[in-house]
Amino acid sequence: MHNYTIAELIKGLQNNEFSSVELTQHFLDRISQLNDDYNAIITVTGEQALNAATLADQRLSLGDAPAMCGVPILHKDIFCTDGVRTSCGSKMLDNFIPPYNATVVENFARDGAVMLGKTNMDEFAMGSSNETSFYGPVKNPWATDSVPGGSSGGSAAAIAARLAPGATATDTGGSIRQPAALCGISGLKPTYGRVSRWGMIAFASSLDQAGPMARTAEDCAILLNCMASFDEKDSTSVDKNVPDYTASLGNSVKGLKIGIPKEYFSEGLHPGTEVAVRKALADLEAQGAELVEISLPNSELSVPAYYVIAPAEASANLSRFDGVKYGYRCENPKDLQDMYCRSRTEGFGEEVQRRILIGTYCLSAGYYDAYYGKAQQVRQLIQQDFSDAFKSVDLIMGPTCPSPAFKFGAKGDDPVAMYLEDIYTIATNLAGLPGMSVPCGIVEDKPVGLQIIGNYFDEARILNVAHQFQQITNWHQQTPEAIS
Amino acid sequence: MTIERKEIEKLATLSRLAIDEKTIADVTGRLSSVLALVDQLQNANTDSLQEISRPFHTSQRLRDDEVSETDQRDAFQAIAPETHNGLFTVPKMIE
Repeated sequence: MHNYTIAELIKGLQNNEFSSVELTQHFLDRISQLNDDYNAIITVTGEQALNAATLADQRLSLGDAPAMCGVPILHKDIFCTDGVRTSCGSKMLDNFIPPYNATVVENFARDGAVMLGKTNMDEFAMGSSNETSFYGPVKNPWATDSVPGGSSGGSAAAIAARLAPGATATDTGGSIRQPAALCGISGLKPTYGRVSRWGMIAFASSLDQAGPMARTAEDCAILLNCMASFDEKDSTSVDKNVPDYTASLGNSVKGLKIGIPKEYFSEGLHPGTEVAVRKALADLEAQGAELVEISLPNSELSVPAYYVIAPAEASANLSRFDGVKYGYRCENPKDLQDMYCRSRTEGFGEEVQRRILIGTYCLSAGYYDAYYGKAQQVRQLIQQDFSDAFKSVDLIMGPTCPSPAFKFGAKGDDPVAMYLEDIYTIATNLAGLPGMSVPCGIVEDKPVGLQIIGNYFDEARILNVAHQFQQITNWHQQTPEAIS
Repeated sequence: MTIERKEIEKLATLSRLAIDEKTIADVTGRLSSVLALVDQLQNANTDSLQEISRPFHTSQRLRDDEVSETDQRDAFQAIAPETHNGLFTVPKMIE
Protein backbone atom coordinates (compact mmCIF):
# COMPACT_ATOMS: atom_id res chain seq x y z
CA MET A 1 0.00 0.00 0.00
CA HIS A 2 2.92 2.38 0.66
CA ASN A 3 3.82 2.40 -3.03
CA TYR A 4 0.41 3.74 -4.03
CA THR A 5 0.06 7.39 -4.91
CA ILE A 6 -2.50 9.51 -3.08
CA ALA A 7 -4.74 9.34 -6.18
CA GLU A 8 -4.57 5.52 -6.02
CA LEU A 9 -5.16 5.47 -2.26
CA ILE A 10 -8.28 7.64 -2.67
CA LYS A 11 -9.66 5.15 -5.22
CA GLY A 12 -8.80 2.21 -2.95
CA LEU A 13 -10.52 3.81 0.04
CA GLN A 14 -13.60 4.83 -1.91
CA ASN A 15 -13.88 1.38 -3.54
CA ASN A 16 -13.49 -0.35 -0.18
CA GLU A 17 -10.32 -2.21 -1.20
CA PHE A 18 -8.88 -1.32 2.21
CA SER A 19 -9.99 0.79 5.15
CA SER A 20 -8.38 3.95 6.45
CA VAL A 21 -7.59 2.09 9.69
CA GLU A 22 -5.70 -0.61 7.75
CA LEU A 23 -3.90 2.00 5.69
CA THR A 24 -3.01 4.11 8.71
CA GLN A 25 -1.77 1.07 10.63
CA HIS A 26 0.36 0.07 7.64
CA PHE A 27 2.10 3.46 7.57
CA LEU A 28 2.47 3.54 11.36
CA ASP A 29 4.16 0.12 11.18
CA ARG A 30 6.53 1.39 8.49
CA ILE A 31 7.31 4.46 10.56
CA SER A 32 8.13 2.36 13.61
CA GLN A 33 10.36 0.07 11.51
CA LEU A 34 12.15 2.68 9.43
CA ASN A 35 12.05 6.12 11.01
CA ASP A 36 15.17 5.48 13.10
CA ASP A 37 17.09 4.99 9.85
CA TYR A 38 16.13 8.43 8.49
CA ASN A 39 15.06 10.53 11.49
CA ALA A 40 12.40 12.09 9.28
CA ILE A 41 9.66 12.32 11.92
CA ILE A 42 9.96 14.05 15.30
CA THR A 43 6.60 13.08 16.79
CA VAL A 44 4.41 10.12 15.80
CA THR A 45 0.73 10.49 16.68
CA GLY A 46 -0.30 6.84 16.42
CA GLU A 47 -3.32 6.71 18.72
CA GLN A 48 -4.75 9.97 17.41
CA ALA A 49 -4.18 8.76 13.84
CA LEU A 50 -6.08 5.52 14.39
CA ASN A 51 -8.96 7.41 16.01
CA ALA A 52 -9.09 9.78 13.04
CA ALA A 53 -8.94 6.82 10.66
CA THR A 54 -11.90 5.16 12.42
CA LEU A 55 -13.93 8.34 11.98
CA ALA A 56 -12.80 8.60 8.35
CA ASP A 57 -13.97 5.03 7.70
CA GLN A 58 -17.39 5.91 9.10
CA ARG A 59 -17.54 8.96 6.82
CA LEU A 60 -16.42 6.93 3.82
CA SER A 61 -19.08 4.31 4.47
CA LEU A 62 -21.76 7.03 4.25
CA GLY A 63 -20.50 8.03 0.78
CA ASP A 64 -19.77 11.53 -0.55
CA ALA A 65 -16.68 12.01 1.63
CA PRO A 66 -14.08 14.63 0.55
CA ALA A 67 -11.17 13.36 -1.56
CA MET A 68 -8.63 13.37 1.27
CA CYS A 69 -10.91 11.50 3.71
CA GLY A 70 -8.97 8.63 5.28
CA VAL A 71 -5.66 9.43 3.55
CA PRO A 72 -2.70 9.46 5.98
CA ILE A 73 -0.33 12.43 5.76
CA LEU A 74 2.43 14.09 7.79
CA HIS A 75 2.64 17.72 8.84
CA LYS A 76 5.88 19.65 8.99
CA ASP A 77 6.57 20.48 12.63
CA ILE A 78 6.17 24.19 11.88
CA PHE A 79 2.34 23.94 11.78
CA CYS A 80 0.60 24.25 15.13
CA THR A 81 -1.35 21.12 16.05
CA ASP A 82 -3.86 21.20 18.89
CA GLY A 83 -2.55 19.10 21.78
CA VAL A 84 0.47 17.82 19.83
CA ARG A 85 3.96 19.20 20.37
CA THR A 86 5.03 21.69 17.69
CA SER A 87 8.78 22.14 18.02
CA CYS A 88 9.80 23.92 14.79
CA GLY A 89 12.95 21.79 15.09
CA SER A 90 14.10 23.87 18.06
CA LYS A 91 14.96 23.32 21.71
CA MET A 92 13.11 26.63 22.23
CA LEU A 93 9.80 24.89 21.45
CA ASP A 94 10.65 21.35 22.58
CA ASN A 95 7.96 21.68 25.26
CA PHE A 96 5.43 23.68 23.21
CA ILE A 97 2.00 22.07 22.90
CA PRO A 98 -0.25 24.51 21.04
CA PRO A 99 -3.88 24.83 22.11
CA TYR A 100 -5.02 25.29 18.49
CA ASN A 101 -4.59 24.02 14.94
CA ALA A 102 -3.02 25.94 12.07
CA THR A 103 -5.54 26.64 9.29
CA VAL A 104 -3.70 24.19 7.00
CA VAL A 105 -3.99 21.46 9.65
CA GLU A 106 -7.62 22.36 10.18
CA ASN A 107 -8.35 22.15 6.43
CA PHE A 108 -6.97 18.61 6.26
CA ALA A 109 -8.78 17.60 9.47
CA ARG A 110 -12.04 19.04 8.06
CA ASP A 111 -11.70 16.79 5.02
CA GLY A 112 -10.93 13.72 7.16
CA ALA A 113 -7.22 13.34 6.33
CA VAL A 114 -5.30 11.37 8.96
CA MET A 115 -2.25 12.97 10.61
CA LEU A 116 0.46 10.35 11.21
CA GLY A 117 2.84 12.75 12.94
CA LYS A 118 5.11 15.78 12.62
CA THR A 119 8.18 15.92 10.43
CA ASN A 120 11.73 16.97 11.24
CA MET A 121 13.07 20.24 9.83
CA ASP A 122 15.87 22.74 10.06
CA GLU A 123 15.49 24.82 13.22
CA PHE A 124 12.85 27.52 12.56
CA ALA A 125 13.14 26.51 8.87
CA MET A 126 16.60 28.09 8.66
CA GLY A 127 18.75 25.74 6.65
CA SER A 128 19.18 23.86 3.40
CA SER A 129 20.43 20.56 4.77
CA ASN A 130 18.40 19.69 7.87
CA GLU A 131 21.62 19.77 9.86
CA THR A 132 20.36 22.58 12.11
CA SER A 133 17.50 20.59 13.68
CA PHE A 134 17.61 20.23 17.47
CA TYR A 135 16.46 16.63 16.90
CA GLY A 136 19.42 15.71 14.72
CA PRO A 137 19.74 15.68 10.95
CA VAL A 138 17.36 13.85 8.62
CA LYS A 139 19.13 11.32 6.39
CA ASN A 140 18.46 11.16 2.68
CA PRO A 141 16.86 7.78 1.82
CA TRP A 142 18.87 7.74 -1.43
CA ALA A 143 22.19 7.92 0.42
CA THR A 144 22.19 8.06 4.20
CA ASP A 145 25.57 9.82 4.28
CA SER A 146 23.96 12.74 2.42
CA VAL A 147 21.60 15.55 3.36
CA PRO A 148 17.91 15.45 2.38
CA GLY A 149 17.91 19.21 1.76
CA GLY A 150 16.04 21.67 3.89
CA SER A 151 14.26 23.04 5.57
CA SER A 152 11.41 20.61 4.80
CA GLY A 153 13.87 17.69 4.71
CA GLY A 154 11.81 15.53 7.07
CA SER A 155 8.70 15.79 4.90
CA ALA A 156 10.71 15.05 1.74
CA ALA A 157 12.65 12.10 3.21
CA ALA A 158 9.50 10.60 4.75
CA ILE A 159 7.80 10.58 1.34
CA ALA A 160 10.90 9.19 -0.40
CA ALA A 161 11.11 6.43 2.24
CA ARG A 162 7.39 5.70 1.76
CA LEU A 163 6.58 6.57 5.39
CA ALA A 164 3.66 8.66 4.12
CA PRO A 165 2.20 9.35 0.69
CA GLY A 166 2.19 13.13 1.17
CA ALA A 167 3.10 15.88 3.58
CA THR A 168 2.79 19.58 4.24
CA ALA A 169 5.86 21.78 3.98
CA THR A 170 6.89 25.44 3.86
CA ASP A 171 9.16 27.42 1.57
CA THR A 172 10.85 30.72 2.44
CA GLY A 173 13.81 30.50 0.04
CA GLY A 174 13.51 27.03 -1.46
CA SER A 175 12.56 24.89 1.53
CA ILE A 176 9.97 22.87 -0.40
CA ARG A 177 11.61 22.69 -3.82
CA GLN A 178 15.23 21.98 -2.81
CA PRO A 179 14.49 18.99 -0.50
CA ALA A 180 11.95 17.71 -3.05
CA ALA A 181 14.73 17.75 -5.65
CA LEU A 182 17.33 16.10 -3.41
CA CYS A 183 14.93 13.36 -2.27
CA GLY A 184 13.44 12.63 -5.71
CA ILE A 185 9.86 13.71 -5.01
CA SER A 186 7.52 16.50 -6.20
CA GLY A 187 6.92 19.70 -4.22
CA LEU A 188 5.09 22.93 -4.93
CA LYS A 189 5.53 26.38 -3.41
CA PRO A 190 2.31 28.23 -4.24
CA THR A 191 1.96 31.99 -4.84
CA TYR A 192 2.50 34.10 -1.72
CA GLY A 193 -0.93 34.37 -0.09
CA ARG A 194 -2.47 31.30 -1.73
CA VAL A 195 -2.27 29.10 1.39
CA SER A 196 -3.06 30.43 4.86
CA ARG A 197 -0.13 30.89 7.23
CA TRP A 198 -2.22 31.20 10.35
CA GLY A 199 -0.71 28.88 12.96
CA MET A 200 2.45 28.40 10.88
CA ILE A 201 5.43 29.53 12.92
CA ALA A 202 6.83 32.65 11.24
CA PHE A 203 10.36 32.85 9.85
CA ALA A 204 10.36 35.68 7.25
CA SER A 205 6.84 36.97 6.87
CA SER A 206 7.13 38.57 3.43
CA LEU A 207 8.53 35.31 1.97
CA ASP A 208 7.02 32.35 3.87
CA GLN A 209 4.50 30.19 2.05
CA ALA A 210 3.12 26.71 2.74
CA GLY A 211 2.71 24.04 0.10
CA PRO A 212 2.36 20.33 -0.59
CA MET A 213 4.89 17.55 -1.12
CA ALA A 214 4.11 14.13 -2.62
CA ARG A 215 5.54 11.72 -5.14
CA THR A 216 3.59 13.02 -8.13
CA ALA A 217 2.29 16.33 -9.46
CA GLU A 218 -1.22 14.88 -9.46
CA ASP A 219 -0.93 14.18 -5.73
CA CYS A 220 0.35 17.72 -5.12
CA ALA A 221 -2.75 19.01 -6.94
CA ILE A 222 -5.01 16.92 -4.69
CA LEU A 223 -3.21 18.18 -1.57
CA LEU A 224 -3.30 21.82 -2.75
CA ASN A 225 -7.06 21.55 -3.31
CA CYS A 226 -7.37 20.90 0.41
CA MET A 227 -4.63 23.31 1.64
CA ALA A 228 -5.49 26.43 -0.33
CA SER A 229 -8.18 28.67 1.11
CA PHE A 230 -8.90 32.27 1.88
CA ASP A 231 -8.41 32.86 5.58
CA GLU A 232 -9.65 35.95 7.43
CA LYS A 233 -7.16 35.14 10.19
CA ASP A 234 -4.13 35.65 7.92
CA SER A 235 -3.86 39.23 6.71
CA THR A 236 -1.65 38.13 3.79
CA SER A 237 -4.17 35.52 2.61
CA VAL A 238 -5.52 36.43 -0.83
CA ASP A 239 -9.27 36.34 -1.35
CA LYS A 240 -9.29 34.61 -4.72
CA ASN A 241 -11.22 31.62 -5.98
CA VAL A 242 -9.41 28.28 -5.45
CA PRO A 243 -9.76 26.27 -8.67
CA ASP A 244 -9.84 22.47 -8.77
CA TYR A 245 -6.15 21.91 -9.46
CA THR A 246 -6.79 18.37 -10.73
CA ALA A 247 -9.20 19.57 -13.44
CA SER A 248 -6.55 20.81 -15.88
CA LEU A 249 -3.88 18.11 -15.34
CA GLY A 250 -4.75 16.45 -18.63
CA ASN A 251 -4.24 19.53 -20.83
CA SER A 252 -1.69 19.22 -23.62
CA VAL A 253 1.62 21.11 -23.47
CA LYS A 254 1.46 21.75 -27.22
CA GLY A 255 2.18 25.39 -28.01
CA LEU A 256 3.26 26.18 -24.45
CA LYS A 257 6.13 28.68 -24.32
CA ILE A 258 8.81 27.74 -21.80
CA GLY A 259 11.42 30.37 -20.90
CA ILE A 260 14.91 29.07 -20.15
CA PRO A 261 16.88 31.66 -18.19
CA LYS A 262 20.49 31.63 -19.33
CA GLU A 263 21.58 32.72 -15.84
CA TYR A 264 20.33 29.37 -14.45
CA PHE A 265 22.78 27.42 -16.59
CA SER A 266 25.99 29.18 -15.72
CA GLU A 267 29.01 28.55 -13.53
CA GLY A 268 28.35 26.46 -10.44
CA LEU A 269 25.79 24.13 -12.02
CA HIS A 270 26.83 20.47 -11.78
CA PRO A 271 27.32 19.13 -15.34
CA GLY A 272 25.23 16.04 -14.55
CA THR A 273 22.36 18.17 -13.30
CA GLU A 274 22.58 20.33 -16.43
CA VAL A 275 22.37 17.27 -18.70
CA ALA A 276 19.33 15.96 -16.81
CA VAL A 277 17.51 19.30 -16.90
CA ARG A 278 18.25 19.88 -20.59
CA LYS A 279 16.98 16.36 -21.38
CA ALA A 280 13.76 17.12 -19.47
CA LEU A 281 13.30 20.33 -21.48
CA ALA A 282 13.89 18.41 -24.71
CA ASP A 283 11.25 15.87 -23.62
CA LEU A 284 8.72 18.68 -23.23
CA GLU A 285 9.79 20.19 -26.54
CA ALA A 286 9.12 16.83 -28.18
CA GLN A 287 5.58 17.05 -26.84
CA GLY A 288 5.05 20.35 -28.65
CA ALA A 289 6.24 22.93 -26.12
CA GLU A 290 8.38 25.76 -27.44
CA LEU A 291 11.66 26.54 -25.64
CA VAL A 292 12.65 30.20 -25.55
CA GLU A 293 15.94 31.48 -24.15
CA ILE A 294 15.31 34.35 -21.75
CA SER A 295 17.33 36.46 -19.34
CA LEU A 296 16.69 37.25 -15.69
CA PRO A 297 19.53 39.79 -15.50
CA ASN A 298 19.33 40.50 -11.77
CA SER A 299 19.39 36.84 -10.68
CA GLU A 300 22.78 37.16 -9.03
CA LEU A 301 21.36 39.75 -6.62
CA SER A 302 18.69 37.45 -5.26
CA VAL A 303 20.88 35.60 -2.74
CA PRO A 304 22.36 38.80 -1.24
CA ALA A 305 18.91 40.45 -1.10
CA TYR A 306 17.43 37.37 0.53
CA TYR A 307 20.16 37.21 3.18
CA VAL A 308 19.26 40.73 4.25
CA ILE A 309 15.46 40.47 4.11
CA ALA A 310 15.03 36.97 5.58
CA PRO A 311 17.31 37.49 8.62
CA ALA A 312 15.88 40.99 9.22
CA GLU A 313 12.34 39.63 9.34
CA ALA A 314 13.49 36.60 11.34
CA SER A 315 15.17 38.76 13.96
CA ALA A 316 11.87 40.61 14.44
CA ASN A 317 9.71 37.47 14.39
CA LEU A 318 11.94 35.56 16.79
CA SER A 319 11.98 38.38 19.33
CA ARG A 320 8.78 36.82 20.67
CA PHE A 321 10.76 33.91 22.11
CA ASP A 322 11.72 35.39 25.45
CA GLY A 323 10.86 32.68 27.98
CA VAL A 324 7.78 34.53 29.26
CA LYS A 325 4.59 33.08 27.81
CA TYR A 326 5.58 29.76 26.26
CA GLY A 327 8.61 27.82 25.11
CA TYR A 328 11.95 27.39 26.83
CA ARG A 329 12.88 29.31 29.97
CA CYS A 330 16.39 29.00 31.46
CA GLU A 331 16.92 27.63 34.97
CA ASN A 332 17.14 30.07 37.91
CA PRO A 333 17.30 33.42 36.09
CA LYS A 334 18.82 36.09 38.29
CA ASP A 335 16.79 38.91 36.76
CA LEU A 336 14.62 39.67 33.75
CA GLN A 337 17.48 40.50 31.38
CA ASP A 338 19.32 37.34 32.40
CA MET A 339 16.16 35.34 31.71
CA TYR A 340 15.73 36.81 28.22
CA CYS A 341 19.37 36.41 27.33
CA ARG A 342 19.99 32.90 28.67
CA SER A 343 16.60 31.52 27.52
CA ARG A 344 17.39 32.68 23.98
CA THR A 345 21.05 31.68 23.99
CA GLU A 346 20.30 28.21 25.40
CA GLY A 347 17.09 27.76 23.40
CA PHE A 348 18.29 28.75 19.90
CA GLY A 349 20.89 26.88 17.88
CA GLU A 350 23.93 28.37 16.14
CA GLU A 351 22.41 29.12 12.71
CA VAL A 352 19.32 30.74 14.20
CA GLN A 353 21.48 32.95 16.43
CA ARG A 354 23.64 33.88 13.43
CA ARG A 355 20.60 34.98 11.44
CA ILE A 356 19.19 36.96 14.35
CA LEU A 357 22.53 38.80 14.65
CA ILE A 358 22.67 39.51 10.89
CA GLY A 359 19.07 40.69 10.87
CA THR A 360 19.63 42.93 13.87
CA TYR A 361 22.68 44.39 12.13
CA CYS A 362 20.79 45.11 8.90
CA LEU A 363 17.96 46.79 10.79
CA SER A 364 20.10 48.77 13.22
CA ALA A 365 20.45 52.54 13.14
CA GLY A 366 22.94 53.64 10.51
CA TYR A 367 22.69 50.43 8.45
CA TYR A 368 18.99 50.23 7.69
CA ASP A 369 19.09 52.19 4.41
CA ALA A 370 22.27 50.56 3.14
CA TYR A 371 21.02 47.02 3.77
CA TYR A 372 17.32 46.57 4.39
CA GLY A 373 16.16 49.51 2.27
CA LYS A 374 18.52 48.58 -0.54
CA ALA A 375 17.45 44.92 -0.47
CA GLN A 376 13.79 45.94 -0.72
CA GLN A 377 14.64 48.02 -3.80
CA VAL A 378 16.57 45.13 -5.34
CA ARG A 379 13.53 43.00 -4.74
CA GLN A 380 11.69 45.22 -7.20
CA LEU A 381 14.42 44.65 -9.80
CA ILE A 382 14.04 40.89 -9.41
CA GLN A 383 10.28 41.10 -9.63
CA GLN A 384 10.59 43.23 -12.78
CA ASP A 385 12.85 40.59 -14.38
CA PHE A 386 10.09 38.01 -13.96
CA SER A 387 7.25 40.25 -15.12
CA ASP A 388 9.26 41.14 -18.25
CA ALA A 389 9.87 37.44 -18.90
CA PHE A 390 6.22 36.48 -18.45
CA LYS A 391 5.26 38.91 -21.22
CA SER A 392 6.68 36.42 -23.72
CA VAL A 393 6.58 33.01 -22.01
CA ASP A 394 4.01 30.93 -20.08
CA LEU A 395 6.39 29.21 -17.67
CA ILE A 396 10.06 29.42 -16.73
CA MET A 397 12.14 26.27 -16.22
CA GLY A 398 15.61 25.38 -15.04
CA PRO A 399 17.38 23.35 -12.36
CA THR A 400 15.98 23.38 -8.82
CA CYS A 401 19.42 23.30 -7.24
CA PRO A 402 23.02 23.35 -8.46
CA SER A 403 23.91 19.72 -7.68
CA PRO A 404 22.64 16.45 -6.20
CA ALA A 405 22.55 15.98 -2.40
CA PHE A 406 25.88 16.75 -0.70
CA LYS A 407 27.37 14.84 2.22
CA PHE A 408 26.79 15.78 5.84
CA GLY A 409 29.25 18.40 7.03
CA ALA A 410 30.33 19.28 3.48
CA LYS A 411 29.28 22.91 3.87
CA GLY A 412 29.40 23.09 7.65
CA ASP A 413 32.11 25.69 8.13
CA ASP A 414 30.97 28.15 5.52
CA PRO A 415 27.48 29.63 5.86
CA VAL A 416 27.79 31.33 2.45
CA ALA A 417 28.43 28.01 0.64
CA MET A 418 25.24 26.67 2.22
CA TYR A 419 23.30 29.81 1.27
CA LEU A 420 24.27 29.38 -2.40
CA GLU A 421 22.45 26.03 -2.39
CA ASP A 422 19.24 28.07 -2.87
CA ILE A 423 20.58 30.19 -5.73
CA TYR A 424 17.88 29.10 -8.20
CA THR A 425 14.94 29.04 -5.79
CA ILE A 426 15.25 32.27 -3.79
CA ALA A 427 14.20 34.71 -6.54
CA THR A 428 10.68 33.27 -6.75
CA ASN A 429 10.18 33.87 -3.02
CA LEU A 430 11.37 37.47 -3.36
CA ALA A 431 8.90 37.95 -6.22
CA GLY A 432 6.14 35.90 -4.50
CA LEU A 433 5.74 33.61 -7.52
CA PRO A 434 4.77 29.93 -7.46
CA GLY A 435 7.43 27.31 -8.22
CA MET A 436 7.64 23.55 -8.26
CA SER A 437 10.31 20.86 -8.35
CA VAL A 438 9.77 17.50 -10.03
CA PRO A 439 12.31 14.68 -10.36
CA CYS A 440 14.09 14.76 -13.74
CA GLY A 441 17.09 12.47 -13.47
CA ILE A 442 19.57 10.52 -11.36
CA VAL A 443 23.10 11.90 -11.04
CA GLU A 444 25.77 10.05 -9.03
CA ASP A 445 23.01 7.69 -7.82
CA LYS A 446 21.01 10.60 -6.38
CA PRO A 447 17.96 12.40 -7.79
CA VAL A 448 17.93 15.91 -9.25
CA GLY A 449 14.99 18.22 -9.89
CA LEU A 450 13.49 20.31 -12.66
CA GLN A 451 12.14 23.62 -11.42
CA ILE A 452 8.96 25.03 -12.98
CA ILE A 453 8.16 28.67 -12.19
CA GLY A 454 4.79 30.18 -13.06
CA ASN A 455 3.13 33.56 -13.02
CA TYR A 456 1.07 34.66 -10.00
CA PHE A 457 -1.71 32.19 -9.13
CA ASP A 458 -0.81 29.98 -12.09
CA GLU A 459 -0.37 26.85 -9.96
CA ALA A 460 -2.84 24.94 -12.14
CA ARG A 461 -0.64 25.39 -15.21
CA ILE A 462 2.52 24.40 -13.32
CA LEU A 463 0.82 21.25 -12.03
CA ASN A 464 -0.57 20.49 -15.49
CA VAL A 465 2.87 20.62 -17.13
CA ALA A 466 4.50 18.72 -14.27
CA HIS A 467 1.83 16.03 -14.61
CA GLN A 468 2.29 15.84 -18.38
CA PHE A 469 6.05 15.50 -17.84
CA GLN A 470 5.34 12.61 -15.46
CA GLN A 471 3.21 10.92 -18.12
CA ILE A 472 6.22 10.70 -20.47
CA THR A 473 9.00 10.05 -17.90
CA ASN A 474 9.35 7.75 -14.92
CA TRP A 475 11.81 9.68 -12.73
CA HIS A 476 9.06 10.22 -10.14
CA GLN A 477 8.62 6.45 -9.88
CA GLN A 478 12.25 5.74 -9.02
CA THR A 479 12.74 4.38 -5.51
CA PRO A 480 15.81 4.51 -3.28
CA GLU A 481 17.55 1.13 -3.24
CA ALA A 482 16.97 0.60 0.49
CA ILE A 483 13.22 1.17 0.10
CA SER A 484 10.98 -1.54 -1.25
CA MET B 1 32.94 44.48 4.89
CA THR B 2 34.34 43.13 8.12
CA ILE B 3 32.63 43.52 11.40
CA GLU B 4 34.44 44.49 14.59
CA ARG B 5 34.28 42.54 17.79
CA LYS B 6 32.78 45.55 19.58
CA GLU B 7 29.93 45.64 17.08
CA ILE B 8 29.22 41.95 17.62
CA GLU B 9 28.97 42.56 21.33
CA LYS B 10 26.52 45.40 20.74
CA LEU B 11 24.43 43.26 18.35
CA ALA B 12 24.36 40.45 20.90
CA THR B 13 23.04 42.86 23.53
CA LEU B 14 20.38 44.22 21.16
CA SER B 15 19.38 40.66 20.22
CA ARG B 16 19.35 39.45 23.83
CA LEU B 17 21.90 36.76 23.02
CA ALA B 18 25.12 35.94 24.84
CA ILE B 19 28.27 35.09 22.88
CA ASP B 20 30.97 33.50 25.00
CA GLU B 21 34.66 34.35 24.78
CA LYS B 22 35.57 31.05 23.16
CA THR B 23 33.33 31.50 20.13
CA ILE B 24 33.38 35.26 19.53
CA ALA B 25 36.23 35.13 17.00
CA ASP B 26 34.46 32.38 15.11
CA VAL B 27 31.12 34.23 15.13
CA THR B 28 32.84 37.43 13.97
CA GLY B 29 34.49 35.60 11.05
CA ARG B 30 31.29 33.92 9.90
CA LEU B 31 29.20 37.06 10.16
CA SER B 32 31.84 38.95 8.17
CA SER B 33 31.62 36.39 5.37
CA VAL B 34 27.82 36.74 5.24
CA LEU B 35 28.11 40.53 5.20
CA ALA B 36 30.61 40.29 2.34
CA LEU B 37 27.94 38.34 0.44
CA VAL B 38 25.20 40.86 1.10
CA ASP B 39 27.51 43.76 0.25
CA GLN B 40 27.10 42.75 -3.41
CA LEU B 41 23.82 44.66 -3.19
CA GLN B 42 25.73 47.93 -3.13
CA ASN B 43 26.64 47.47 -6.82
CA ALA B 44 23.02 47.40 -7.94
CA ASN B 45 21.60 50.49 -9.53
CA THR B 46 18.38 51.11 -7.64
CA ASP B 47 17.96 54.83 -8.35
CA SER B 48 14.29 55.82 -8.50
CA LEU B 49 13.14 52.38 -7.29
CA GLN B 50 10.80 52.14 -4.37
CA GLU B 51 11.33 49.77 -1.47
CA ILE B 52 8.79 46.96 -1.62
CA SER B 53 7.98 45.08 1.52
CA ARG B 54 5.51 42.64 0.01
CA PRO B 55 5.81 40.49 -3.10
CA PHE B 56 2.88 42.16 -4.82
CA HIS B 57 0.51 44.96 -4.09
CA THR B 58 -2.44 44.12 -1.92
CA SER B 59 -4.31 46.52 0.27
CA GLN B 60 -4.70 45.71 3.93
CA ARG B 61 -8.11 44.30 4.74
CA LEU B 62 -10.00 46.03 7.50
CA ARG B 63 -12.66 44.66 9.79
CA ASP B 64 -15.21 46.12 12.14
CA ASP B 65 -13.82 47.07 15.52
CA GLU B 66 -15.62 44.33 17.41
CA VAL B 67 -14.42 41.73 19.84
CA SER B 68 -13.79 38.61 17.77
CA GLU B 69 -11.80 36.47 20.18
CA THR B 70 -13.15 34.50 23.08
CA ASP B 71 -11.28 34.29 26.37
CA GLN B 72 -8.64 31.57 26.05
CA ARG B 73 -6.45 32.62 28.94
CA ASP B 74 -6.50 29.30 30.73
CA ALA B 75 -5.54 27.37 27.59
CA PHE B 76 -2.62 29.67 26.88
CA GLN B 77 -1.45 29.88 30.46
CA ALA B 78 -1.44 26.10 30.76
CA ILE B 79 1.68 26.10 28.53
CA ALA B 80 3.44 29.07 30.17
CA PRO B 81 6.69 28.57 32.10
CA GLU B 82 5.28 30.32 35.21
CA THR B 83 1.94 31.94 36.08
CA HIS B 84 0.27 33.25 39.18
CA ASN B 85 -3.44 34.11 39.56
CA GLY B 86 -3.92 34.49 35.81
CA LEU B 87 -0.74 36.53 35.30
CA PHE B 88 2.49 35.54 33.55
CA THR B 89 5.26 35.88 36.10
CA VAL B 90 8.90 36.85 35.48
CA PRO B 91 11.91 37.37 37.77
CA LYS B 92 12.00 40.52 39.83
CA MET B 93 12.88 43.60 37.76
CA ILE B 94 13.44 46.20 40.48
CA GLU B 95 15.27 45.54 43.73
